[in-house]
Amino acid sequence: MGRKVGVEVSIAAADAVGLCDVDVVAAYPITPQTHVVEHLSELCASGSLDAEFVPVESEHSAMSVCCGSAAAGARTFTATSSQGLALMAEIVFIASSMRLPIVMFLANRALSSPLSIWNDHSDTMMVRDSGWIQVFCENGQEVYDAVFHAFRVAEDARVSLPVMINVDGFNLTHVIEPIEFWTKDMTQKYLPEFKPIHRLYPDKVVTMGAFGMPEIYTEAKMAQNDALLKSFPVIKQGWNELADLTGRKYSPVEMYKTEDAETIILGMGSICETATLAVDQMRDQGKKAGLVKLRLWRPLPVDDIKKALAGAKDVLVLDRAVSFGAANAPVTSEIRAIMYHESNRPNIHNVIAGLGGRDVTPDHIIEMLEMALADKTRGYNIFGVRS
Amino acid sequence: MTKPMDQIGWREIDAGAVITEPGNASCYHTGTWRSQKPKYDSNICIRCWRCFVMCPDAAISPNFDKNIFTWNYDYCKGCGICAYECPVDAITMEED
Repeated sequence: MGRKVGVEVSIAAADAVGLCDVDVVAAYPITPQTHVVEHLSELCASGSLDAEFVPVESEHSAMSVCCGSAAAGARTFTATSSQGLALMAEIVFIASSMRLPIVMFLANRALSSPLSIWNDHSDTMMVRDSGWIQVFCENGQEVYDAVFHAFRVAEDARVSLPVMINVDGFNLTHVIEPIEFWTKDMTQKYLPEFKPIHRLYPDKVVTMGAFGMPEIYTEAKMAQNDALLKSFPVIKQGWNELADLTGRKYSPVEMYKTEDAETIILGMGSICETATLAVDQMRDQGKKAGLVKLRLWRPLPVDDIKKALAGAKDVLVLDRAVSFGAANAPVTSEIRAIMYHESNRPNIHNVIAGLGGRDVTPDHIIEMLEMALADKTRGYNIFGVRS
Repeated sequence: MTKPMDQIGWREIDAGAVITEPGNASCYHTGTWRSQKPKYDSNICIRCWRCFVMCPDAAISPNFDKNIFTWNYDYCKGCGICAYECPVDAITMEED
């Protein structure tokens, strides 16, 4: 087992990428992702990481370089945030459609305007339907471990899809946490050599990203969706083997005090750590509250969510993005759809909170829950809006 | 040669819709797009080869035995470039 040190989460994540012996890093700096890219640049410049660092002129170019690099069979990493993801969005969809196993560190940040550098989930929800594997993290150790898992899953020949690690901007990227580092031996044991299923190499000619006529486009999309759905067991296997190696067990859906819970809070990312404290407070007051943490957002673990929410009377879904003009916020949309046909479905309440870096405390979460339980409209509420 | 694409099932598609066989575009007969067809008069033709060079689909080929040019209508889209380029109007476009 490696050593445990107090370190900024972004720096630890970059060290993890270095330990994975990445071949190509192409990224453009944007707050709050900068420390990841800066540290990788330092690792390359100092000679401790033998990788091609491409200082591109935009995020659109960053993802384009990543596609070319992964297509050539190189282990590829990028990092971005918010507006940067918006600029690279065109190529984000292409990366997954072409089944290119790129790993992205996404420092979750609100989209403009008004211009905000702070945390919410509007950036990742923008590319929700891009076909990437999307994973959320609650704390620094999870972010660090997620890097190894992401490369392993992405490059697995049964998957061959890009993976996006969602890391709450500032709330996670810029905090200093105790993180247990991996050793080179552990990494080599866990992460096999990247053997692409197809690659651009003159000994066997292939065409990637070709034209798709109406006669074939539907079949191509069916195959792409099937590939993403079939990544699910490989993702779980990756987490199980990570547990054997580190003792830390991750799951697509994780439960906290839900066994006898009548009321369940469901969230994604660092807000779950805050919600844990809220659940503890409510338990102290004798209230049967629990927490469901959704780690895997795509492919969505439908059966695991059904199982996790089965016994509850009320579920409060904490969304951190607005789906303008829609019936629900993004996560609630899915939860309501999943539970609709269940015979004993709980009341599902929707609160949107923590937009553009607005702080959410455990007391806020308790307040949200009381507000949601009293509301019979079954719509959604944006928490803490001044009238 | 691979199958025409309207006969390929989704499980048969290579990961990422990668094309592993070079030149399989020939399976797709773009001639079905044609609304106009070039008509060629070998008595007017001066054998300058301009139509052969300009054809974007390589659908025109020389027949050395007969000393004429022939059109492959599987791939001729009827774009009319050959007729436009012909310096002596040996090629004219007519309804297909």
